[in-house]
Amino acid sequence: MANIELRNVVKRFGALEVIRGVDLQIEHGEFCVFVGPSGCGKSTLLRMISGLEDITGGEVLIDGKPVNNVSAAERGLSMVFQSYALYPHMSVRQNLSFGLENVRTPKDVIDAKVRDVATMLQIDQLLERRPKELSGGQRQRVAIGRAVVREPLGFLFDEPLSNLDAELRVEMRGEISSLHRRLGNSMIYVTHDQVEAMTMADKIAVLRAGLVEQYGRPLELYNRPANLFVAGFIGSPKMNFLEGRISADDPAEIVLDSGERLRVPAGKFSGGPDQRVTIGIRPTDLDLSGDGIRLDVGGVEQLGGESHIFGTTADGRKLTLHTQGQTPVAIGEEIRISVPSDRMHLFDTQSGKTLLSE
Amino acid sequence: MARIVAFLTRTRAGKGRMDWTDWVTYGYLLFGIVLMFGPVAWLLLSSFKTGAELERFPPRLLPVAQDTLVVEGYDEPLPLFKMIAGDQEGRTLAQIRRVGLIAQMVDPAEPETRLKVNVADREPIERIAFAWSNYTDLFERLNFPLYLWNSTAITLTATAIMLVINSMAAFALSKYKFRGKLTVLALVIGTLMVPGTVLLVPTFLLVSQFGMVNTLWGVIIPGAATPTGVFLLRQYMITIPDEILDAARMDSASELKIFWRIIIPLSAPAIAVLAILAIMWRWNDFLWPLIVLSENDKFTLQLALNSFQGEFLTEWEKLLPATVLTLLPVAIVFMFLQKYIATGIASTGGK
Amino acid sequence: MLKLLNPIMRLVEIPFLLVQKRLGIGMTAWLFLAPNLALFSLFTFLPIILNFSYATTGGEAILLRDRPDVGFQNFGNLLECENVLDPSSCRNDLFWRAVWNTVWFVVFQVGIMVIAALATAIVLNRKIRARGLFRGVFFFPVLLSPVVVALIWKWILQRNGLLNAGLESLGFETINWLIERHWAFFWSTFISIWAHMGFYTLILLAGLQAIPQDVYEAALMDRASPWRCFRKITLPLLSPTLLVVLVLALIKGVQTFDEIYAFTGGGPGSATTLIMQFIYETGFGVQPRLLGVAAAAAIMLAMVLIFLTALQFWINRKKVDG
Ligand SMILES: Nc1ncnc2c1ncn2[C@@H]1O[C@H](COP(=O)(O)OP(=O)(O)OP(=O)(O)O)[C@@H](O)[C@H]1O
Ligand SMILES: [Mg+2]
Repeated sequence: MANIELRNVVKRFGALEVIRGVDLQIEHGEFCVFVGPSGCGKSTLLRMISGLEDITGGEVLIDGKPVNNVSAAERGLSMVFQSYALYPHMSVRQNLSFGLENVRTPKDVIDAKVRDVATMLQIDQLLERRPKELSGGQRQRVAIGRAVVREPLGFLFDEPLSNLDAELRVEMRGEISSLHRRLGNSMIYVTHDQVEAMTMADKIAVLRAGLVEQYGRPLELYNRPANLFVAGFIGSPKMNFLEGRISADDPAEIVLDSGERLRVPAGKFSGGPDQRVTIGIRPTDLDLSGDGIRLDVGGVEQLGGESHIFGTTADGRKLTLHTQGQTPVAIGEEIRISVPSDRMHLFDTQSGKTLLSE
Repeated sequence: MARIVAFLTRTRAGKGRMDWTDWVTYGYLLFGIVLMFGPVAWLLLSSFKTGAELERFPPRLLPVAQDTLVVEGYDEPLPLFKMIAGDQEGRTLAQIRRVGLIAQMVDPAEPETRLKVNVADREPIERIAFAWSNYTDLFERLNFPLYLWNSTAITLTATAIMLVINSMAAFALSKYKFRGKLTVLALVIGTLMVPGTVLLVPTFLLVSQFGMVNTLWGVIIPGAATPTGVFLLRQYMITIPDEILDAARMDSASELKIFWRIIIPLSAPAIAVLAILAIMWRWNDFLWPLIVLSENDKFTLQLALNSFQGEFLTEWEKLLPATVLTLLPVAIVFMFLQKYIATGIASTGGK
Repeated sequence: MLKLLNPIMRLVEIPFLLVQKRLGIGMTAWLFLAPNLALFSLFTFLPIILNFSYATTGGEAILLRDRPDVGFQNFGNLLECENVLDPSSCRNDLFWRAVWNTVWFVVFQVGIMVIAALATAIVLNRKIRARGLFRGVFFFPVLLSPVVVALIWKWILQRNGLLNAGLESLGFETINWLIERHWAFFWSTFISIWAHMGFYTLILLAGLQAIPQDVYEAALMDRASPWRCFRKITLPLLSPTLLVVLVLALIKGVQTFDEIYAFTGGGPGSATTLIMQFIYETGFGVQPRLLGVAAAAAIMLAMVLIFLTALQFWINRKKVDG
């Protein structure tokens, strides 16, 4: 039985349909990340799970029980907000104990729990301070502590790290992950940073415009994106896309719009003759050696350890290529690159769906 | 203003460190102090003068009283004079009585001999003396404590009620989405446009229907739900992030607890401003109490002061200290809270 | 202090929680709104409606059911006039005297007060020592009660008062300030300006402080004289605030009652009787109490005020948009 389950969940604000039928299952102890572009409905979905937002249609279940009509207070989840949402007029200690007081916990129990959580999160020196007297990272810890201290069934995080600077973000990322390992609760984590998603998640749900585009393990999403959107969204640097059609005579050959031809492994993809397709290939997978497609080099970035080459194909598409080490390629040069057929992704151009067979 | 324009149109700048505009500035400020503060200072000084001194024309700046001395053989203390001309020049004498231009005097050193002197030859011996009795009389002989109590009761009760219900309403209108919210908001904005002063007649009917005429409640209740207060607080509460409320909801707080433990403490600055304003409004309120309270023993300070005018038309020695006592609380509050009051009044657009 | 009330809140919370569970969070808003809205409906919305009932009924009774319907007679009573410029030709001459008194009062009071407030704000906005103190000096009369203001000035203006003493020491005749009608009107206007100027000064000062300093520095580099700075920079940039102040002062000015009533009682004769005093005295002062006439006058006053307030909202919106 899944810990948190969504069944065809729908949310409308007036006439605007923001969540358009989401099905998800989050198992016990799983770390699930919602990613997607800004405005796609991640926060809304999270708030529907938390109980802060009404559910227009469908069902949310926690431990198998429908909770549509259970208030946020009684769902047994806790949440960490993007702005931390600490109570500004309360000390750290009061911030941590407020929730426990609300459920009539005895005073000595509160004290003990607050002490434990503060020690765990290394904020035990800060208990008498007000939120305004804390640094960003410390505030973040307090916000997490406030969620932890109530020993919830699950945690909800809404972009908790987006207010931190880059260095601190990396550090907190590690801490949240290790917190997850230690507590073993289910966590749902919203972000639009796909590095966070890839590094922290057990499972990622990629959302777009109120729909889940793909739900799976991080590397599954990386290696076998279900559609063009996920392919473009997951992975950094971004995947390159070329357009063409499947050759009329040979199903394992693709004719690019520039007239150049590419071979794909026979049987790996389905697709009929003359079908328009989009080829996806990650910049790190392209190969400088060989005699593949032509590229007019428009820019070169030499980072020492690696090099980025930006160019235009014969049919005018932008293409990026990352290679290890330093490169002799110069701006204005015309080079040939090869596209390894086993690293290639193929999508139906019209529907955007992957053509991967099986 | 005319002076400023005259100066402003002059083009050549003066030499020296002080620009001519600085002279104008400080001149204006000095003039301002005299004009704005002078009358109050004059009231304060005058309130300590004895009845006789108040009638004196032209008046003198400081409250003074004539020196008196108990002379052997006379029951009452006698007023002292210094002789400045005539036979007795240079001596200090006490006056027994005065008949026309001649006064019967006595030297305190030799109380048996009576002297007759011309009143033009003498000058009273005076010293600065504050007639505190003007103030004590207010409490001992007039109903002043009662009026003070009425005013205080009305001010405190009305302010408390107003703060509670206005902050509740402001919370609802700033932090909830509910059907009919826009209608309520529009109604409240609409009534901002209709000042209470033009609703005197029907409001009086309602107050009399509830049997509140001539009661302090009749003054307190009708003005408690001010749109101004709701707006001031709402504008402030809107700036409290919704996420904090959501966090509290996740922390199992009831909506009432959110209001009480989160919203109220966080709105404290705005509530303080409103409290000060409300106290000022209620303390100074005049027209509505004038209509509702018709019996003397229910009067507020303001009403009493206004009616003193008629009763004691010439008895300034009662009226002036009563005025001082009425403005005193406001002055004290103002001294300590000038900044809050100024910003508060500026942000509500007055009353 | 709030802590003391915590036990009470605990008790209140119990029924509140029940309702919250029943009705959901959205509906709790109505719980918070209820007390304010109840008082509001009772003492603001209802009176607005009742005002019309009073205005169309006559007699002296307070209860509406005891009042005979008279249609628009009350308005007729007020408006019937051969020549509105000459109050003695009107059926209700006191009303028209009050109207014209109010018009002149507002013209002088608002005109002079806004100019004086502007001058004061400009002075206070300069680099001066002890600005807070001076701001306080100009502002504090705003907080005095109208009766206190009236008495302060009555004491100065009385026959044996400070002002007459000053006049006499300069060799002039003393004047009975509050008994001569033109002087009474003058001083009524004056004390009203004295009492309220600080408020408008404060608003204008805020407006001035919002003008960026570098504009003046640029003008200084252009060798602009102070007068030109004022005309070409201060006035145009301050004009939205100035307009708001003007309209606000008009709205308040038209409703002036307290300080003048306590100061002159409307006299001598009706020389300083303003429209609010007319309404008060017609409805509540002298017998017979003509509540209907008072309500009718209040409705006419309300229309003027609503017009002015709408103007203010419009200006405010333009200010925000602009
Ligand atoms: N209360 C609301 N009323 C109407 N529309 C809303 C409301 N809340 C959110 N929306 C809309 O719903 C959509 C999804 O919003 P949501 O906040 O869930 O996006 P998000 O994925 O969290 O974006 P971000 O990454 O920027 O936080 C947006 O188009 C937003 O405009
Ligand atoms: Mg979001």
